[in-house]
Amino acid sequence: MRADATTIELNRCGKTFADGTRALEPLDLTVAAGETVVLLGPSGCGKTTLLRLIAGLEAPDAGGRVRFNGEDVTGLPIERRAVGMVFQSYALFPNMSVRENIAYGLRVRKLDKGEIAARTREMLEMMQIGQLAERRVHQLSGGQRQRVALARAIAVRPRVLLLDEPLAALDAVLRDRLRVEIDALLRRLAITAVYVTHDQAEAMMLGDRIVVMSAGQVEQAGTPREIYRNPATPFVADFVGTVSRIATAAGVVLLRPEDIRLCEVAAGRAAATVETLHFLGGRCQVGLIGGDGARLIADAPPDTPLKPGARVGIAWDDAAPLRLPLMEAAQ
Amino acid sequence: MGRTTVRLIQYALTLLVGLFMVVPVVMSILAGVTQNFFVGLKSGLTLHWVGEVWRLYSETIALSMLIAICCVALTLAIGVPCAYVLAKRPGRIARAVEEVLTLPVAIPGLALALALIITWGGFRDFRTSWAFILVGHVLYTLPFMTRSVLSVLAASEMRDLEEGAASLGAGFWTRLVTVVLPNAKGGILAGALMVLTLSVGEFNLTWMLHTPETKTLPVGLADSYASMRLEIASAYTLVFFVMIVPLLVAMQAMSRTRRRAAHPEEEPLPCAPTPQPSN
Ligand SMILES: Nc1ncnc2c1ncn2[C@@H]1O[C@H](COP(=O)(O)OP(=O)(O)O)[C@@H](O)[C@H]1O
Ligand SMILES: [Mg+2]
Repeated sequence: MRADATTIELNRCGKTFADGTRALEPLDLTVAAGETVVLLGPSGCGKTTLLRLIAGLEAPDAGGRVRFNGEDVTGLPIERRAVGMVFQSYALFPNMSVRENIAYGLRVRKLDKGEIAARTREMLEMMQIGQLAERRVHQLSGGQRQRVALARAIAVRPRVLLLDEPLAALDAVLRDRLRVEIDALLRRLAITAVYVTHDQAEAMMLGDRIVVMSAGQVEQAGTPREIYRNPATPFVADFVGTVSRIATAAGVVLLRPEDIRLCEVAAGRAAATVETLHFLGGRCQVGLIGGDGARLIADAPPDTPLKPGARVGIAWDDAAPLRLPLMEAAQ
Repeated sequence: MGRTTVRLIQYALTLLVGLFMVVPVVMSILAGVTQNFFVGLKSGLTLHWVGEVWRLYSETIALSMLIAICCVALTLAIGVPCAYVLAKRPGRIARAVEEVLTLPVAIPGLALALALIITWGGFRDFRTSWAFILVGHVLYTLPFMTRSVLSVLAASEMRDLEEGAASLGAGFWTRLVTVVLPNAKGGILAGALMVLTLSVGEFNLTWMLHTPETKTLPVGLADSYASMRLEIASAYTLVFFVMIVPLLVAMQAMSRTRRRAAHPEEEPLPCAPTPQPSN
């Protein structure tokens, strides 16, 4: 962790837009210095709004407070918060070359010429875009734009880095590659970062902690492991990974695909019929229909002999089922 | 009837309509450069009439240019900030102003002129100066400028760009000068060109507002049609064409490049000779 990394603290921050849209219920959130927190949730749940509150692009409703390292920045506009931001649309300046885009924040800060040139060159090298330096934005591919946007945001050495679905516009292969690069970058910079995505795989990979949101509220905040293994609500269980609900004599059991063992009908705790089989390389994804008509998803070895229509038994370890606090309360 | 016959009829019709519109233009231009139009082309071609127009009407041409340039300057000074504020303000008042901006287009120039005369006609010095016409032109063209600039400023990309600049530490004026205005250049230029063209060609308003001392080109044109020999009037028209057609062509060209800029994906990426980074 970098000594000068910044803690972000949100206190009772809600957002109601002028047209009456309640985008965010008042919420508390703390991002520790140097930590990467991922805001995860479906489209329209308020992730961007929350990020813009941290950035200073929106003001929270009355009563809300934003603090950086304890200092109240609620009243400061974005240009005085020293944040780096990567926009979903990248927001690169079309009237400037790649080099000028990266140097922009340094020029605005009136650093001296030599320092600007040196730091811009450093960024170009770090993001491996040196050969694009003199290009215009419209001459770049999506992945290249992404790199320039990142370079531009970190060139000014911001206190916190805010990223709004930076990979959403890219194709799958590129997304996977850049995800790894961004992860390495965030660790290397040891900067406090808030990363918005609706992609749970991305969230799991990048987040020290994940904040799962739904309809303007925080459903759960925790490490990827906690969120996956101990979801606090049915929404989290479904949104982060896949769950199958199996009715047993003792009640409904929630299982991740990898925790379901397919076996002889007689050996199973429940039974189901194989409906679909999808070969995914390292494993086979099996779609089943349970006794009560519920659809289940289970993992099987890649060379499974199962065929659609087969009757199978379903087994699981006692420790496997997810335990939702709400469900336990209900039982 | 076969397909080819239909085709032929279509071509013939198009040609006919085209001729119907082009022939008078050609005739009128020819009339301006023939010695004696009633004798016909065999009387010989001459620039004599164009020279006469210059002698008689050069002041109207100069005044038209002066008013047009001042009009562009004023509509830029008023219209661009106006558009910026409208683009920034959400809410009902801003939308209402946008609606009002389209009104002068629907109000006949004559009515606008009458309103000006009723309101300000009492100020004699003002009433008899060319500034009076200028005010009319500014009122008439301001909505065109504002809407042209507003269309680029209100685009969501522009909001993103400005927020991007702000996130990098740029305050209002820095953002305005380094990011907003340069990227709104297309809309601003298009607006300026349109205002220039409208001002140079404006007749309705100007005819009401002018005095014998403050005649613009189109007013002079009407004057020459009424009182001069046909050759002079035609030569004058020719001069008007020479001034206005390049403006119209430039306007067309601009709107074409802007449309292309709005859909850059249709443009092939320039092939890079350098190796691409692996991404
Ligand atoms: N400027 C705005 N005015 C009114 N409503 C808005 C505005 N921005 C976002 N919203 C609404 O707020 C909600 C949350 O939006 P957003 O934060 O963009 O969601 P997400 O980023 O998770 O997709 C949505 O219902 C959206 O329509
Ligand atoms: Mg969003």
